[in-house]
Amino acid sequence: MNKLFLSLLAAILMMASAFKTAENEGYKVGDVVTDFTLKNIDGKMVSLANYKKAKGFIVVFTCNHCPFSQAYEQRIIDLHQKYAAKGYPVVAINPNDKNRSPEDSYENMVIRAKDKKYPFAYLYDESQAIAKIYGATRTPHVFILSKIKGKNKVEYIGAIDDNSEEPKDVTEKYVENVLNALLAKKPIAKTNTKAIGCTIKWKK
Amino acid sequence: MKMKKKAVIITLLIGLSQYLWAQKIELVNRDWITQMSQNKSDTTYVINFWATWCKPCVEEIPHFEKLYATYKNQKVKVIMVSCDFKKQLETRVIPFVQNKKMETIVVFMNEPNPNNWIDKVDEKFTGAIPATLIINGSSNFRYFSEGETTYERLEQVIKPLIN
Repeated sequence: MNKLFLSLLAAILMMASAFKTAENEGYKVGDVVTDFTLKNIDGKMVSLANYKKAKGFIVVFTCNHCPFSQAYEQRIIDLHQKYAAKGYPVVAINPNDKNRSPEDSYENMVIRAKDKKYPFAYLYDESQAIAKIYGATRTPHVFILSKIKGKNKVEYIGAIDDNSEEPKDVTEKYVENVLNALLAKKPIAKTNTKAIGCTIKWKK
Repeated sequence: MKMKKKAVIITLLIGLSQYLWAQKIELVNRDWITQMSQNKSDTTYVINFWATWCKPCVEEIPHFEKLYATYKNQKVKVIMVSCDFKKQLETRVIPFVQNKKMETIVVFMNEPNPNNWIDKVDEKFTGAIPATLIINGSSNFRYFSEGETTYERLEQVIKPLIN
């Protein structure tokens, strides 16, 4: 009887997890992410595992052409300058299809990164597989990860702060608050936020 | 001297017409979304979230204009909610609406913090635009979709609501 119950339970759980994959809604806060290997603007391949000393990551799906990405560009650079040394580097990923958005081609990524002196990795998700696994929908879209026993756990998903248009009018720095909480080993107050952004240009 | 006077008057007139146009773009906020969501009227509201800088949004504006033109004598209202930057309202949004001769109702989302209103549109709305919300209060109908849409899709959704 007990055995039957257990196998039934196992069957139900398997069905439930199958459903979860079918929905493909991307990562939620608390999920452990799989690593990726993507081409950086210097031509080298980059994985999260390469960052031996990192305590975590500020993964930002962003791109060249989007006015919101441009509005946040300097703030993303500043985040890296402030937090990379503390163990949380920015890893920027451009997921846009170059056919739909030629400004976001790999060649143009290299030019933009040089022009703006990006101090962080700017990776090209050419197959768009990583954006899909993460559940990124817009640029910029931030995922903060923390490294726990070699695994990378999602701590926060959302916007950089509460005012894309005017950096001086920002009242809440969502990403900085999360990083400060992680560094101080304190609970994170806000784990999800939303912002307007450009839709990721998926391949057609 | 006379010419100068004429030029001044013309400039003033152009300025005035732009001012009148500017008044046509109503500023809305999160309370407006709540009101729209809770309305009980038998009018079908097709509400599109867009911006002048958003290429896929601009590409689908003709679908909404066509929907407006086709159903203007029925209880259908097409409202285009601009999510542009506030400082570009006068310099970019209003000239855009004028140039495209948009006949749909254009309003401007006047909220500096998107986190305050995106969830009120729909919990599934992640903030990626374009996005479209269709509401008919009297029949408790609600449809939301993020991403590009087609004229056929819009018509398919609203047709059962207007007969």
